[in-house]
Amino acid sequence: MTAVGAADAPPQGVGASLRRKEDARFLRGRGRYVGDITQAGMLEVAFLRSPVAHARLLGVTKPEGAEDRVFTAGDLLGVGAIRAASNLAGFRVSEQPVLARGKLRHVGEAIAACVAPTRAEAEDLAAACTLDYEELPVVTDMLAARAPDAALIHEHWPDNAFLETRREEDLSDLDGIAAAKVTRRLRTARHCMAPLEGRGVLAEWDPRLEQLIVTSSAQMPHVIRTGLAEILGLDEAQVRVIAPDVGGGFGYKGILLPEEVVSAHLAMRLDRPVRWIEDRLEQLTANANCREHHYVVTAWADREGRLLGVEVDATVDAGAYSSYPFSACLEAAQIGSIFPGPYTLPRFRCRTVSACTNKPPILPYRGVARTGVCYAMETTLDALARQLGIGTDAIRLANLVPPEAMPYRNLVGKVFDSGDYPEALRRAIACFDLDRLRARQAAGEYVGFGLGIFCEQGAHGTSVYHGWGIPMVPGYEQALARFTPDGGLELRTGVHSHGQGLETTLAQVAHEVLGVPTARIRVVHGDTALTPYSTGTWGSRAMVMAGGAVAEACRLLGERALAIGAVLLQAGPEAVELAGGAVRRRDGSAAVALEEIARTWYRRPQHLARDVDTGGLEVTAGYRPDPDTGTHSYACHAVIARIDRDTGAVALEDYVVVEDGGKLVNPMIVDGQVLGGLAQGIGTALYEEMPFDAAGQPLAGTLADYLLPGATEVPDVRLDHMETPSPWTRFGQKGIGESGAIGPPAAIVNAINDALHRFGAELTDLPASPARVLAALEAGRRR
Amino acid sequence: MKPAPFGYARPGDWPEALSLLRDGARPLAGGQSLGPMLNLRLAQPATVIDLRHLPGFAGVAVQDGYCRIGAGTSHAEIEDGAIPGRLGAILAGVARRIAYRAVRNRGTIGGSLAHADPAADWVAVLPCFDGAAIALGASGERRIPLADFVLGLMETALRPDEVLRAIELPVLPPEARWGHWKFCRKPGEFSKATACVLAVPGEPPRAVLAALDMPPLVIADAGALLAAPEAEAARIVAGLALRDPWRAALVRTALHRAALAAWEMEE
Ligand SMILES: Cc1cc2nc3c(=O)[nH]c(=O)nc-3n(C[C@H](O)[C@H](O)[C@H](O)COP(=O)(O)OP(=O)(O)OC[C@H]3O[C@@H](n4cnc5c(N)ncnc54)[C@H](O)[C@@H]3O)c2cc1C
Repeated sequence: MTAVGAADAPPQGVGASLRRKEDARFLRGRGRYVGDITQAGMLEVAFLRSPVAHARLLGVTKPEGAEDRVFTAGDLLGVGAIRAASNLAGFRVSEQPVLARGKLRHVGEAIAACVAPTRAEAEDLAAACTLDYEELPVVTDMLAARAPDAALIHEHWPDNAFLETRREEDLSDLDGIAAAKVTRRLRTARHCMAPLEGRGVLAEWDPRLEQLIVTSSAQMPHVIRTGLAEILGLDEAQVRVIAPDVGGGFGYKGILLPEEVVSAHLAMRLDRPVRWIEDRLEQLTANANCREHHYVVTAWADREGRLLGVEVDATVDAGAYSSYPFSACLEAAQIGSIFPGPYTLPRFRCRTVSACTNKPPILPYRGVARTGVCYAMETTLDALARQLGIGTDAIRLANLVPPEAMPYRNLVGKVFDSGDYPEALRRAIACFDLDRLRARQAAGEYVGFGLGIFCEQGAHGTSVYHGWGIPMVPGYEQALARFTPDGGLELRTGVHSHGQGLETTLAQVAHEVLGVPTARIRVVHGDTALTPYSTGTWGSRAMVMAGGAVAEACRLLGERALAIGAVLLQAGPEAVELAGGAVRRRDGSAAVALEEIARTWYRRPQHLARDVDTGGLEVTAGYRPDPDTGTHSYACHAVIARIDRDTGAVALEDYVVVEDGGKLVNPMIVDGQVLGGLAQGIGTALYEEMPFDAAGQPLAGTLADYLLPGATEVPDVRLDHMETPSPWTRFGQKGIGESGAIGPPAAIVNAINDALHRFGAELTDLPASPARVLAALEAGRRR
Repeated sequence: MKPAPFGYARPGDWPEALSLLRDGARPLAGGQSLGPMLNLRLAQPATVIDLRHLPGFAGVAVQDGYCRIGAGTSHAEIEDGAIPGRLGAILAGVARRIAYRAVRNRGTIGGSLAHADPAADWVAVLPCFDGAAIALGASGERRIPLADFVLGLMETALRPDEVLRAIELPVLPPEARWGHWKFCRKPGEFSKATACVLAVPGEPPRAVLAALDMPPLVIADAGALLAAPEAEAARIVAGLALRDPWRAALVRTALHRAALAAWEMEE
């Protein structure tokens, strides 16, 4: 027996800021994305897309001689439409044809697929097609969508709405008892998510396996597989979805794509590999699909700023179709359950509408409804504080759920697991010299301080999602752990890592349980043929769910290794323990490394005991926290903004985030998640906006028009962490992936308004572009 | 976003380039504007003439009080000091604010001027100098005053059979004052308002207001602006009758701040 010393290497387990394993390939430009993969005989697809927002499609004339290389809806025999229903009462489900059929419902909707050996030739074909259509009146404004004279986008519907929800409560007495009441009308702008890598699909039919292999830039390969099998009429076993390296998701790739279905169908039909790679023009013109909310919020408070009640009327522009699997209503309907935020709100009335418009179908973008909700709640609170003449910190402290109330069930039934929300606020404020700021304001400077605090439900499971009744409900998350014959550890997981660093953090979890060095742990993900089923990476769930599953699989694997080790050490099971990557006698007299145990199982089975567990050194285990209503991480964002009163430009002078993600599996990676999200939140606050003209044309066709924050627009952020463990998860970790993108619009606009209100001005619409800021100042001057 | 098919020619001398031009081919310099236009199929030329290998396309020469800048000189070369003296320092400061380095490495001063986007930096700044664009055609070189070069949105005084060969600017004394201000929300976004002011001792100060959706506005005697920057900027911009109040505010601010910068002798 070899003696194995306790490792005194730097820590690699849960809590270590380990460098990311995957960066070795990413930093060398060796990532492998769909666009890097080619197959012999491959054809490229270019889509002919709708030039108009709403029309009756009368016909498509294919270029002469190219009739067999251009495919329209009529050519796709046996291919169904995409349907994503919800069982919320009153939900109207749309039929989204994968190629337009009869009607065109938004600019950029795919009409025909053109195939050629190169993309340029495929685009030549698309350019040579002619379209015959009859334009219809266009619905671009979500508030006007339900007007009685609005054109119907789905003609058999009574009006242009997917769903309306109501939470009724009589608040009519509050006017009589409240010390303050404010009403605000607020708007957020439509965004186009912009991962560095766009979408892409490579589909091929493998005759040996009788299998369709779809390589796709996807966040949730198993869900795509189910969707593809259903719509193409294949057995699910006949579909394999591979998501290779994926250059950012954010929700943009959490969808079954019409282009995926069409490419897959063409690959089978033409018996050739078929690839479609989205370009930036397609992305911007056909996919501005998120974040457009409108709110009318009324809030009542007593003299101390305690909220007495809030009434919300929210509309979300859900676009033309219900996308698979999240549906068209998830975002709006969520508003009703998350609007109360981190507060002890006593009374609440809320109506939401998922409006149907001639725009690209809605997708949940990092933060989902929370970014808009946090913006609406937090700016309203500041307006209340100003009216009451109390501090914006005081009004929050008067309403935040106190730590002693945790776990706390709020009035809509959300349960917050743990945390000290007021402390996050106090810590953030303590980072600033606010006296100095007030002095600058008194001297006439256009500067302001703003706060935004929120909690983020993540990793919510079956008990939450079954109520939505959408095509996908997460259950037990599974992971497979197995030793290779040389003692390495392989983890297989159905979530996908596209920037989250899961190849590192899941290895850290396994190291924590088994002691195997992370260099010897491989995380396999992104392939339905290799990994257990999972709904994938969304909803800030992977570290809680896959982390829990990996820990459980490793625990069971450890027990099996322990039993074999005990035999090899000729000790009873109670005399041995697993530590430092070895099974050791508790008395310290001998140890056997996991490598040796693996070698024994696979290659020297003659040394095994008769009653060994025949499952061997491979375990698939499932995990679900109990309760599975989700973790609640939370954060306070605080910022000083300076306004150029001549141009309306906003500069962020100082930005602080105090974040509590529970136990941090890898603090460095969490910092990266928060900072990346924060950059996107700054985009929402100050830059990102896809304007549509009255004809439904998206107006920002390049990244020179659709402004994304870059290195020069994101300030150096000061990040502070609290680490209140969740009592419900394996290590106390909480979902935190979306957090950074939630807080910035609230904090930044509150800072702007802190500067502006002394000039009689207030901003309500996002983004806080220079033109809007200047217009607000001008309106203030006239007031 | 792939270009329609086109031919590619790489002439070795200027006469060959001009003869290709007469056949309707489109010049290509750094490709930083033409490339996107080809990809978006906004431009579908039958042939593209790559000018980059022509003798003397890039490079700077000083003679007789003038600095001759080859049309193919890149923004990056100018940023890095290819042009000597006070003029060079001023132009380096302008070049540094064009997009980001990757674009500046390829984009050229001539390409930018010939492209004639009213929001582009060279289009805005060059008319402030009492210089000329040198056009080359079958009958030789022709000088076009820079103030008259850009005629409108993507429209120049170049004839279809001419290329822009060089830009000639007067060498400036070290005391020349310069102010330049532009508004864009991030690098690479085209300016929403640009102004510059040049004051050479012994000459009337000049100013240019640009990025106005029209050719740059040259103020040949900007003495009043330097004397009372805020009031004069407001007066000039009021005369433009811009409809969008935000743009009007930006343009006013640009002019005002460029004038202030000239006093502070920025750059
Ligand atoms: C991301 C990005 C950001 C940018 N940001 C800015 C910015 O902030 N400010 C700014 O000013 N510019 C900006 N630009 C444009 C950039 O400066 C280009 O370099 C410039 O507009 C064109 O120069 P070019 O050499 O690339 O010309 P090309 O793209 O090769 O040509 C442009 C046009 O001019 C014609 N042409 C070129 N050379 C000649 C010649 N010698 N004679 C006759 N015709 C000619 C071409 O036929 C074509 O029509 C940006 C470009 C990009 C891609």
